[in-house]
Amino acid sequence: MAELIGIPAQAIFGQLLLGLINGSFYAMLSVGLAVIFGLLNITNFAHGAQYMLGAFVSWMLLHYLGIGYWWALLLAPIIVAVLGILIERLLISHLSGLDHLYGFLLTFGVALIIQGLLRNLYPVSSLPYSIPQALTGGQNLGFMFLPNYRGWVIIASLTMCIATWVIIEKTNLGAYLRAANENPTMLGAFGVDVPRLVTLTYGFGVALAAFAGVLAAPIYSVSPNMGADLIVVVFAVVVIGGMGSIIGAIVTGFSLGLIEGFAKVFYPQGSSVVIFVIMAIVLLIKPAGLFGRTV
Amino acid sequence: MAINIDAMNRMDEPSREILGLSRTHLTAFVVLLLVAAVAPFFVYPVFLMKVMCFALFACAFNLLLGFGRLLSFGHAAYFGSASYISAHAAKVWGLTPELSILAGVFVAAILGAVIGALAVRRQGIYFAMVTLAFAQMVYFFALQAPFTGGEDGIQSVPRGDLFGVVSLTSDFSLYWVVLAITFFGLFAIHRIVFSPFGQVLKAIRENEARAMSLGHRVNLYKVSVFVMSAALSGLAGATKAQVFQVATLSDVHWSMSGEVVLMTLLGGMGTLFGPVAGAAAIISMQSFLAPFGAWLTVIHGVIFVVAVLMFREGIVGVLNKRLKLSL
Repeated sequence: MAELIGIPAQAIFGQLLLGLINGSFYAMLSVGLAVIFGLLNITNFAHGAQYMLGAFVSWMLLHYLGIGYWWALLLAPIIVAVLGILIERLLISHLSGLDHLYGFLLTFGVALIIQGLLRNLYPVSSLPYSIPQALTGGQNLGFMFLPNYRGWVIIASLTMCIATWVIIEKTNLGAYLRAANENPTMLGAFGVDVPRLVTLTYGFGVALAAFAGVLAAPIYSVSPNMGADLIVVVFAVVVIGGMGSIIGAIVTGFSLGLIEGFAKVFYPQGSSVVIFVIMAIVLLIKPAGLFGRTV
Repeated sequence: MAINIDAMNRMDEPSREILGLSRTHLTAFVVLLLVAAVAPFFVYPVFLMKVMCFALFACAFNLLLGFGRLLSFGHAAYFGSASYISAHAAKVWGLTPELSILAGVFVAAILGAVIGALAVRRQGIYFAMVTLAFAQMVYFFALQAPFTGGEDGIQSVPRGDLFGVVSLTSDFSLYWVVLAITFFGLFAIHRIVFSPFGQVLKAIRENEARAMSLGHRVNLYKVSVFVMSAALSGLAGATKAQVFQVATLSDVHWSMSGEVVLMTLLGGMGTLFGPVAGAAAIISMQSFLAPFGAWLTVIHGVIFVVAVLMFREGIVGVLNKRLKLSL
């Protein structure tokens, strides 16, 4: 148990755990992107910025109001979602009927605005956010040491992802959402307020990103750029999995995180590009993406 | 996409051409050339050279977006890699400026062929995400590769002698070389757009399924225009490295890809000279507002939002409509 191909087992499991943590964030963010894309037909480039806002809002809640982690986990997503709903109402809703690329460019502009504003307000490179009291310490699992907070992140994100899948695939509300995607006019004729449904869906997707941001705050340092580089990787994840399926997004997110963890053990120099290499291979073998239904 | 079909149709009329240029376009080229020839006597030449490099970059990008309707969100990869290669070639290999630039263009074209061939396997917004992701891969490579100098980049690149004869050390002598390169690039793009190849490209843009059913190998056309666009972006990036004597990470960063999209959008995508106007506007704004630092990012974002919501035709697009031109 001590070593595997000359690498201590402890190190392997440690990296795999890190990979699983990264995978949790890939999964949550790509699920949010998939939810938004499913109904709005928009690739939300601001998703990374909204994730970063989630972390920032929880830092601000603690720093200025003394509101701790557990309340932040509830409040920050709501606050960021309200902001997202405003963005949808004021900007995105005016794009209906236009080419998809305009939604991409508009949300890219929104991301630049959010990032630029926060970089002006907080020019320091990163702000500390400590792990909540209840989740400090860790468990000795025999083969490795599991910090409690990391375990919590994996459980929380899995729960969120599966809850989203249940809502979309198994409830009446989800049926409305899928119907709005298929035929919004028909659904409107049945008396459903489709524009409101669209706005709330965007808000929900944004809230998911912000929730991921709160979870990330104690692990990664809170900084205005924390979402920008992550979102590019998440886009690659989404290309690999396809945006058509929630389950696909969850599975792809977690497994790519794990693969990245493996790469860190066996070929550290290549770990930052392994996801892009996998994307290239998937494009060659199955261009529609692993879970893609349409091209 | 907001492209004025009437204007496009007028563009197609081959009314009495000189050098393959319609009278309007010939006039536009001559006016631009005159402005560029007189400008260095009044304006700081390095600033003008920066504008020209980015004008060429934006026009190359527009070849893909405006005429091929392919949104690449990773064009910094070609601009930046050519910038690194030409800087390395001039500094370490001691090549002359023109050979350094050619080396940069060559690498950008190869990179464009590889990434383009993979990216055309997906359409629409996925195409943008694929190109963005691959560009990030190039960025990581530039961050870690031994010859790129990491965070510092490649600095104090010698300007050298053109063809080994003419010294380019002074800004003024370099200016005419950059001018020649830029106009060569613009002219090449014009020729591509109005060639039979360009017409097929236009057909693919308007109705891909139809173009395919007519027997055109759609993906081959897409990859070809991708390579051309990448090579010309490389030309711009390699030239920029010679002008500023540096190649840095910001040349390959995704924010550079965003900037070239912004220039094209603001100037007018799918117009011939729009990206030139867009590049001039953005570069001037950047140098005026340079003291404001990070606010510049906010302003870029605001311009993006406003341009997408209310100004999709861009500066030259609106001019074309008002003056019934097809620039």
